[in-house]
Amino acid sequence: MRESKLWFWHITAAIAVVVLLGMHMGIMHVGEILSFVGIGAGDAVKSANVFHRSQQAFFMATYILLLGAALFHGFYGLRSMLFELSLSSGLEKAVSGICAVAGIGLFLYGSYAAIYVFRMKEVLP
Amino acid sequence: MQKRLKNNLGLGGWLSGGRYGIERYAYTLHRITGLGILLYFIMHIIVTGSRMGGPEAWESMMASFEKPIFKLGEFMIFIAFAFHGINGIRLILVELGAMIGKPGLPSFPYNYSTLRQRPLFVAVMVVAAVIILIGGTDLYFLVMK
Amino acid sequence: MSKSSAQAPDIVMTARFEVLRYNPEKDKAPQLREYSVPVTKGMTVLDGLHWIKEHIDHTLSWRSSCRMGICGSCGMFINGLPRLACNNQIVHLHSDHVVVKPLPNFDIIRDLVPDLESMISKHRSVKPYLIRKDLEEQNHPTNEYFQSEQELINYIQFAYCIKCGLCMAACPTVATSDKYPGPQPLTQGWRYMSDSRDDGAEERTEVLYSPHGVYRCHFAGACSQVCPKGVDPALAIQMAKKDAFLKTFGSRRQRQATSVAPPVENWVPKAEIPKAPEPTVEKK
Repeated sequence: MRESKLWFWHITAAIAVVVLLGMHMGIMHVGEILSFVGIGAGDAVKSANVFHRSQQAFFMATYILLLGAALFHGFYGLRSMLFELSLSSGLEKAVSGICAVAGIGLFLYGSYAAIYVFRMKEVLP
Repeated sequence: MQKRLKNNLGLGGWLSGGRYGIERYAYTLHRITGLGILLYFIMHIIVTGSRMGGPEAWESMMASFEKPIFKLGEFMIFIAFAFHGINGIRLILVELGAMIGKPGLPSFPYNYSTLRQRPLFVAVMVVAAVIILIGGTDLYFLVMK
Repeated sequence: MSKSSAQAPDIVMTARFEVLRYNPEKDKAPQLREYSVPVTKGMTVLDGLHWIKEHIDHTLSWRSSCRMGICGSCGMFINGLPRLACNNQIVHLHSDHVVVKPLPNFDIIRDLVPDLESMISKHRSVKPYLIRKDLEEQNHPTNEYFQSEQELINYIQFAYCIKCGLCMAACPTVATSDKYPGPQPLTQGWRYMSDSRDDGAEERTEVLYSPHGVYRCHFAGACSQVCPKGVDPALAIQMAKKDAFLKTFGSRRQRQATSVAPPVENWVPKAEIPKAPEPTVEKK
């Protein structure tokens, strides 16, 4: 059944998000934690660091993966919540459609940004 | 047919855990954190897309978010993710059959799935609390700066 | 069977009952009305309601039948949880304030009487009966179907459902969704899908695994907490999800239904068993 497949990917995306977003949060904040113990790793959101990361293939790839997984997981969850509100079947189709369109749209925008910055050769500090 | 009075609990049924087990509150909190994270995420994609304009665009956009209220908001999202993610791991495990037991012959007092996975729930809450504390020390540094 | 309070020497306390009253012909809105009930030893909430009807207000209405926790008629919302009125002694509520309301998530017909039609029609939609491909054998059985004890234990717990509706009242998804079947129908759907004699999995897939099926359960676990027979509907629903998960990309095959036992051959009755007497009622 279609819903079973969607739910399967929802679970898979959840696992991917926990791993990748945990990594992302770690990268963003480990600098502050390390500076407490005396290791100076620098502020992760300074532009030099941001662009340094964005132009490595590993980060570009994992950002796109995280984007896709998180968008699918989030919008399927939102659709889940809305489906439990006794909507008419027309409204339910509209909800599914809007979630799909918004998810795909944001994914295209985000991955375009990631690839664009990856290819901005003149910015390496 | 004679008149019937609607008696559905509605959204109040989502919010009021009442005298039900704590998993019912976890369900509500999981929904609230999920919504919060989704809203933040949509804004985050659009905001970080500004790095396409180069370092100057990035710096000016980051400068506008230096106020402490934004740091606090980000920390709230971090707490939300810690709970949602760790509770989510528990939900994945339980919904795929871990720690809820097998069908058998029930005898009173009943030992049912919700009770059986309670130790996992406690463990999950402890892990989430530890992560939130670690994140909290990080916020302490952001505030100290 | 109820003792009159004037004679009973063993009154242990006086309970303050607050009962929701609603007569659709007279009242615009439901109201809580208070009654003072002398509680004797062993008195259940249902006995309390009977006392009110006998001594104070004969118009109080509710459903009850067996008064021993097996028929499932007297489900009510008592002191914050859906319970069977006959299964809960007043002293075990640990309070002298007993609030009795009709079961939530069902329409109210009158006073404490819920309209269980929503649960019954959803139950019907999961086809709660054995489905076999061989209709002739199913309708005119020649012999029993094989089933091992382990295969029986796989589903018998879910067959103990008395359709009382307490799980439906406890479920947060049923509270907002009228399309979600609810723990009782989904558990009965799984009870038949996991019954090794059953061959009707495809027919129930439509209800169980639709966008409004088991995937709208998020394991709040309240249904299993309130079930008076230990059916554990939450367990059944998670098992249904796990089954579909493993089958999504084919890592678990659909099981075959068990076969019919063959006719017993060369059967000779034991010599010492006497022959049955002739029937006295004519067979049609």
